[in-house]
Formats: sequence, structure tokens, C-alpha cells
Amino acid sequence: MWEYTDKVQQHFLEPKNVGEIENPSGTGDVGSLACGDALKLTLKIDENDIIVDAKFKTFGCASAIASSSVLTEIIKGMSVDEAAKVTNEDIAEALGGLPKEKMHCSVMGREALEAAIADYRGLVPPMAEGELVCECFGVTDLEILRAVKESNLRSVEEITNFTKAGGGCGKCEDRLRELLKQGSNQILDIPMVKAQPKRMTVLQKIKKIEEVLDLEIRPALRKDGGDIELVDVDGDFVTVSLLGACKSCQKSQTTIKDYVEKKLRELVLESLIVEEEN
Amino acid sequence: MGAANERVVYMDNNATTKVAPEVFEAMKPYFTELYGNPSSMHTFGGAVSESIKKARRQVANLLGTEPEEITFTSCGTESDSTAILSALRTYPDKRHIITTRVEHPAVKSLCENLEMVTGNKYRVTRLKVDSEGLLDLEEYRAALSEDTAIVSVMWANNETGVVYPVEEMARMAKKRDILFHTDAVQAVGKVPINLGELDIDFLSLSGHKLHAPKGVGVLYTRKGTFFVPFLTGGHQEHGRRGGTENVSSIIGLGRACELAAEKMEEENVRVKALRDKLEQGLLKSIPSSMRNGHETNRLPNTANISFEFVEGEAILLHMNRYNICASSGSACTSGSLEPSHVLRAMGVPFTAAHGSIRFSLSVYNTEEEVDFVLEKMPAIIASLREMSPFWEKKG
Ligand SMILES: Cc1ncc(COP(=O)(O)O)c(C=O)c1O
Repeated sequence: MWEYTDKVQQHFLEPKNVGEIENPSGTGDVGSLACGDALKLTLKIDENDIIVDAKFKTFGCASAIASSSVLTEIIKGMSVDEAAKVTNEDIAEALGGLPKEKMHCSVMGREALEAAIADYRGLVPPMAEGELVCECFGVTDLEILRAVKESNLRSVEEITNFTKAGGGCGKCEDRLRELLKQGSNQILDIPMVKAQPKRMTVLQKIKKIEEVLDLEIRPALRKDGGDIELVDVDGDFVTVSLLGACKSCQKSQTTIKDYVEKKLRELVLESLIVEEEN
Repeated sequence: MGAANERVVYMDNNATTKVAPEVFEAMKPYFTELYGNPSSMHTFGGAVSESIKKARRQVANLLGTEPEEITFTSCGTESDSTAILSALRTYPDKRHIITTRVEHPAVKSLCENLEMVTGNKYRVTRLKVDSEGLLDLEEYRAALSEDTAIVSVMWANNETGVVYPVEEMARMAKKRDILFHTDAVQAVGKVPINLGELDIDFLSLSGHKLHAPKGVGVLYTRKGTFFVPFLTGGHQEHGRRGGTENVSSIIGLGRACELAAEKMEEENVRVKALRDKLEQGLLKSIPSSMRNGHETNRLPNTANISFEFVEGEAILLHMNRYNICASSGSACTSGSLEPSHVLRAMGVPFTAAHGSIRFSLSVYNTEEEVDFVLEKMPAIIASLREMSPFWEKKG
């Protein structure tokens, strides 16, 4: 059993600011179902740049929920500039500390905050742009370098605790070791970039995909005694699983690429890549 | 976390069980009066040796086998390692092991280590399971080869309770002269076992899963099977396992086996009915919930249920407020970042794997407890779903 502080337990059992602000000034949407935690943070910011309200929805364990809850408490009443300086260490500290294996929950909080502020300012956070290092959890080199710098990480294990990178198959361990070296030597300065056409959030994407599955794709597959299930959406990668007659069908790959992917690209987003779960 | 009521509703019996009062009574004298070493020459120690003999007979009776085929070990994990390593040492030229993707870490990690530490000297085939957790015997048949030193397949899975056709699989291995081991840690005491009629060469069990204490296990080795000890030392256990016997626990395990035989029917009738009531009640009262594992091909005491779009650790900690004990296959509860390898092998979607809860009952559970859990769970899941960003799209 994890050793959670009283503060963590309190924020987990009676979380503050659960929900979603309507017409938010900024939205931060991070994590995914596959990763086991996800956070949607919505902010209401007044004309003086003060965060007057913050709400969250979190899928995850006790420390993920507690981190989200305490984050909303920290930033309410702050100016956007002040909030931009909140670190994951601040979140962990406000909770009286987190077990080291759970530090990634506080990092998720900071990432959501950053994404929400960027959204408010019409910028996109650059972290997701880097080179993908950990395929299991979708973590980029920039995210890792940043964690190494900010939290003074000293080992690959610590990188995993803070960012989850390397926590799956472990194939990226060598690369993590390199980044560890690089991160502790280099001064990191990653500027925010101006927003390109505004991206769809993961949640918007999932919603839209489910809609198309329900209205277009499922009815067609069911005619042949098959079915389809959405397993995960990670960036542009959409993982699905074919069920029923489709599952054993020799042509399942063709069904996915020529039919499902085509439809989703047409009706949701041109850049989607659909893969079958294996 | 503050407990709202003092009574513990224990539904985590696949993790460990309480020592039966009868077992504890049987053990007591071996801590206080009968503390002799069974290897000693004096009658004082010799009496203890007689008691161990009796325990060995009690275990053999439950398994339908002979006392000399029973070796006491320190745990299920030791029994698993002993069996597999003994086979590999018996056949140093054979480099292939067949197992499944859903084994307990006791077998899973051993096989991984055998691959890694030996620089892939050993080849491991891990049989697939389908979405209900069942094996494909054709895949198994095709995997059996001249090079196979041992097959190790669990009798019943600890997470889902799914029962595997080890009788038939052992027969198939026998036809090819291949040794067969089964990790029956979860099966013993819950399903009838009669080894005398079967082609199983090794079987592991663990005391603490059947109301004996933790830290005692058994390895059954069929008469005539080559055996290479894992722990060498003194001549205890007929030279099969060095180390002074854990006397009191062995006595306890013997008594527990006797009790298990007496309660087998209750386990399969009353406990099963409680499990079914719990499972059906939860599936009915909580939307987007589903059973993991085959419905009938399953231990009578285990229900593994996924509550989609919420995370298992969070569920468990809410249950903990009511002193309801269970387990989860979620990533967060394990300390690793990935959800249960068993559920992943079954292709349970991530949406469900992270929110899986295993309830495992025993003869000590009551209907009142099941009702209590049925009363509390819907609100727990609903409150977490209200918080989940993935829920709204279904809600
Ligand atoms: C299927 C299975 N095998 C092996 C073990 C390990 O038993 P022990 O804890 O006695 O080493 C367990 C218990 O967790 C189990 O469920």
C-alpha cells in the first residue's frame, strides 16, 4: 500500500473544484487512457489576467486526483504570469509530498496548467513537439530534458518516476541515459511557439471518433457480424480493436486501413493513423 | 485512511487467507511444548517427526496421492522454481520451456530470468489466451517439441480465477515424454484434485491461500520423476530440500488440507452462490461494467470486474473507507506503470483494465457482507466517474 500523506488523502477523498467550466478561457488536456491517467483542466480568467476559477476532471489514482485538486486551489486567485511559474514540485509540496513513484502525477498537473495557459494565450506548448522517446507512454525528449533539469533528476529510474518514460517495455533506456547526461549539462530554453491552426484536444478527438464509429462504421461492420471498439487515442494514433466476425477475418488489416482509417480521416482529422490493437 | 466501521469485509482471499481457528489450534503446541527438531535422535524430537509425517499424509490425501510424493517448501514461489529448475537440470540438453502469458510472477519472472541471465540459452513459448482468458490447445500441441524440457501451466489464474485444462495438457505432454508442472496455488482447496489419476509430474501449492499460515508450501513430485534439489543442505525432506522444517506451519498446512477437503462442497456451492450474487449484482447496478474471465470455467470464489473509465487504485481506496478489502489490476496499485499482464494478454481494453477490481471470497464470507458491498459500490464508482474526463461522453 502506498504511503499517502493526510493532505493527499484529504484532497483525494474530498477533492476541490471537480468539474468543467463552461466556455473556459483556457483548457489543458493531458494524459491518455492507455497511460492510466489523464487530466482536463479548465480556467476562467478575467480581464485583469487573474485566474478567477479553475476546475478539473481527472482519470487516475489517488495521487493524480489529489494533485489536480490541490493544483486548482494553488492557482485560483493568481495572475496568469504567477501561475505560469508553478512547478510540479510546488504541487507535490502542497500535498506534503508524494511517493517517488507517483511524482509523475504532479508533473501531469503542471503540464495541464501549462497547456491551459498556452491555450489562453493562443500558443501551443512545445513539449509535445519533440522527438518521441518513450513509445509506450508517448513521452518526448523535450519533456524528459525538462524534467531532468527542473527536478534535478539523477537516474533513469527517477526519469520514469517523474515522466513515466521507460516504464513500459524499457526499450528506450539507453536513450534516457543519454538525455540524463545531456539534461544535467545543458541550459534548457524552450520557447513557446505561436499557435498554428488550433489543434483538436484529445477529448474532442475521442468524442468525434466515437461519433463516427457509432453513426458510420459500426452499422456497416455489424452487417457482417462484426464490431469495433475504440481502445485508445494518443496524438494522431488511434488504436481500435475489431470484434466478432471482424476479429478472425483475414482481411482485418484491410478493413482498418481502407475503411476505418479512411472514414476517420475524412470525417474527423486528416492526420489520423488507425492501428489495430495487438 | 479512517475506517468508517470497524468490521473488515475481507474479499481478497486470492492474495492471502486468514488462518483457520482449527489450524491455529493444531499449530500452537509446536511453538510452546513440542519445539524439538524432527531430525534429532531423542524421542522429544522424534515425536515432532511423527507429526510431520501425519501432515504429509493429510496433504497427500487432499491431492489424491502418496505421502512420499510430497515435499514441504517455504512458499509457492519456491515450489515453482524448484520444479522448473529441476527439469532443466535433469535435461541439460533441452532448452525450451512452454508456459502461458498469464502466469503468476513466480513462474513468469523465473522464465524471463532464464532467458535473460543465460543470454537466451533458453527459449520460452508463452501460450496466448483469448478474450475470456482461455488457451488454444492447438497452439499448445504445435509448441510441444523434442527440445521442450518442461511445460508449466497454472491450474487456475490468481487474477481472473480462470481454470486451465491441465489434466488434458499434462496428458498431451506425457505422450511426448515431456515433464509437466502446474502452479496450483489458487486451485488447491477450491477445485477437486486427484493426482493419482493424472499425468502431472510437479504441482505447487502454497499454505496461505488455503487458511494455513504464510511461508509454507508444497511441491508434489510424481514418483519416479527425476528430481534435482533447489536448496541443498541437510537431509530433511528425504534429501529433497535442505533446511530445518518450519514445523508449526507444516502441521498447520496438514490440518488446513484436511479442512479444505471437508469444505470443498461449501466452497463450490455456498461461496460460489455468494460470488455469483456479488458479480451479478455489481454488473446490474453499475453501468459500463464487465466481467473479466470465462463465466463458468472459473474458480468458485473469484470475480474480476472492470468498471470502465475509472482507475482501480482510486476505487480500492474508496472501498477502504468502508473496510472492504479487494485487489486491482490497475497500473497504479502495482508500482509498475502498466496494468495487469493477465488482463492485457486477454486484450481487455485500457479503458477497462485500469479499472479492474478482483473480489475473491472464502468460506468465511457471509451474505450480509455481499449485500454491504453491493450497497456501497455503485456510489463509489459514480463519484469517481463524475470526476473522470472520459466518462461524460458515455454519461
Ligand atoms: C498462482 C500463484 N502462484 C504462486 C504464488 C506465490 O505463492 P507464495 O506467496 O507462497 O510464494 C501465488 C500467490 O500469490 C499465486 O497466486
